[in-house]
Amino acid sequence: MTETLTGAQITVRLLERQGIRTVAGIPGGAILPIYDALGQSTAIHHVLARHEQGAGFMAQGMARATGQPAVCLASSGPGATNLLTAIADAKLDSIPLVAITGQVPKAMIGTDAFQEVDTYGLGIPITKHNFLVSSAEELLEVIPRAFRIAASGRPGPVLVDIPKDVQTQAIEISAWPEPARAEHAPAADAALIEQAAAMINAAERPILYLGGGVIHSGASAAAIELAEKAGLPTVMTLMALGAMPVDHPLALGMLGMHAARYTNLALDECDLLIAVGARFDDRATGKVAAFCPQAKIIHIDIDPAELDKIKTAHIGITADIGEALGQLLPATFQNSRKKWVDRVNALKAEFPLAMSDLDNPRSHFGLIQSVAACLDDDAIIATDVGQHQMWVAQAYPLRRPRQWLTSGGLGTMGFGVPAAIGAALAERERTVVCFTGDGSIMMNIQELVTAAEENVNIKIVLMDNATLGLVHQQQTLFYGERLFASQFRSSPDFVKIAQGFGIAAVDLDASANPCATLMEAISRPGPCLIHASIDAEQKVYPMVPPGAANRDMIGA
Amino acid sequence: MNAINRNEQNALARAVLEIDVNNHAGVMSHVVGLFSRRAYNVEGILCLPVGDGRQSRIWLLVNEDQRLAQMMKQVEKLEDVIAIRRHNADHAVFQDLESFFRP
Repeated sequence: MTETLTGAQITVRLLERQGIRTVAGIPGGAILPIYDALGQSTAIHHVLARHEQGAGFMAQGMARATGQPAVCLASSGPGATNLLTAIADAKLDSIPLVAITGQVPKAMIGTDAFQEVDTYGLGIPITKHNFLVSSAEELLEVIPRAFRIAASGRPGPVLVDIPKDVQTQAIEISAWPEPARAEHAPAADAALIEQAAAMINAAERPILYLGGGVIHSGASAAAIELAEKAGLPTVMTLMALGAMPVDHPLALGMLGMHAARYTNLALDECDLLIAVGARFDDRATGKVAAFCPQAKIIHIDIDPAELDKIKTAHIGITADIGEALGQLLPATFQNSRKKWVDRVNALKAEFPLAMSDLDNPRSHFGLIQSVAACLDDDAIIATDVGQHQMWVAQAYPLRRPRQWLTSGGLGTMGFGVPAAIGAALAERERTVVCFTGDGSIMMNIQELVTAAEENVNIKIVLMDNATLGLVHQQQTLFYGERLFASQFRSSPDFVKIAQGFGIAAVDLDASANPCATLMEAISRPGPCLIHASIDAEQKVYPMVPPGAANRDMIGA
Repeated sequence: MNAINRNEQNALARAVLEIDVNNHAGVMSHVVGLFSRRAYNVEGILCLPVGDGRQSRIWLLVNEDQRLAQMMKQVEKLEDVIAIRRHNADHAVFQDLESFFRP
């Protein structure tokens, strides 16, 4: 049986068939045919963001929380350009995203038409792949392919730009393509796995270095199993937090610029670094030449271009992390590696992470601790970008993959609130906490009203120091204390703002019993902003100065 | 460009890349974009359709640089790139065109 459908109807049907149930976006002239078709869909819930960047980060929140590709929509011109930051952010953190933009009709492309911008050209360097669709028939191939590319191999964002006349073009459809699924990566080379196992078995001071690829691959359990079997102290990148519970005896927490001293010192002593799904980012390695100077390197990654990009690996293996670890496990010997684990534990005891004032809920670490005390491991923890993000990364007891949503590679202020909304839309049964700062929240504060409209269960913990904290910190430490443009001379009343946007708000500053106020705010369903002033003089310590070796940490 | 740095340019080792790609609008942008974002100059470009025109072949003349291996891996990852091969600078494809590029 054939039906006659427009490109817009085909697009919506393909999204439905793909299993998409929630999309975020903002309509506009060039995408109105798709919105008209979307309005007729009973399967898809559309979340109306208040800025396209918010829609992009909501889709990211859905994708990060579930691991499945998520969809955002925008119109041509400014709609598309507003999406770009969220797309670039997804590229750097390898998040599967399908962004659909409207474009002016084909005949008007290149004429500087109203709200025309070269979305295809703008998308090239920040997407995994992008399409400019030239006919309604092509949608049948392009939409499933966009999902397949977004989810396969190293995940990433795919942008599909659809001219308005392609959306309105009607064609006869007799058969639908199968919904796309992620393609399996080729298996790891067995000979290389054998060599890697031999290297691990022969090592005296190995360290397992987990990156975001472990989360994307769903390989956290396999990584923990390998660590336990082979006696491997384990460090995590910012993106991998949650892969191994922080309180696991082999866990050394986050490495790099704001790691605990013991973590970086242990890396300095290791003789074998087993990097899995990690990309040797400069925030993780510090000065590359001085990173793990004594270590041989095994590097496993699904993206062959990551091997030897920053550090030359002694053994480089291109593979899905879960599959490679599955092969590696039986080939490694059981080894408690007591001498090395004892040494690492001695470093831990001698150079612990100093978390001052933990018992005081009005201090930064105390507040994070108090929030954690209100929640269990089912909660999702999102952050914005800045000092608060690093403090939460250091102090929050993350114990589960996909518990932690943060903008790592691009470091986008404004990520937190919309990403938390997206996560709450995708995982309705969970409480989503968004730690943010007064600088970050202002960059997408308009989405508070979206949170109210969707009545999502998010708790925004606003750590307010009335500064751009990391800038303030760097100016204090490295620019002769010349504070410039990092202190807000005027701060809004965030509690009133939240209430004005229609969500509940509490001020811990005004509370006689902040722990009780916190507990009450977190356990009440629905969106809530929790405002807490913190001391602007506090620094994220320890810190590796930019460009320095990780062993040369300053502070605490 | 004065004679001295022209000579320097010539003294740099060159490589020729042969890239099979799908033939549609935007593919060239994807390929050369990988070079331009790294401030990696492409010295020469040739591109023509191959066979029935569904594919094209791009020839690039580039300076040999420690980044070249990474560049080739990045090019290989592009969806529309089917294959990439590396040749020495003495490959005939650019040499045979020299007569078209006399000052």
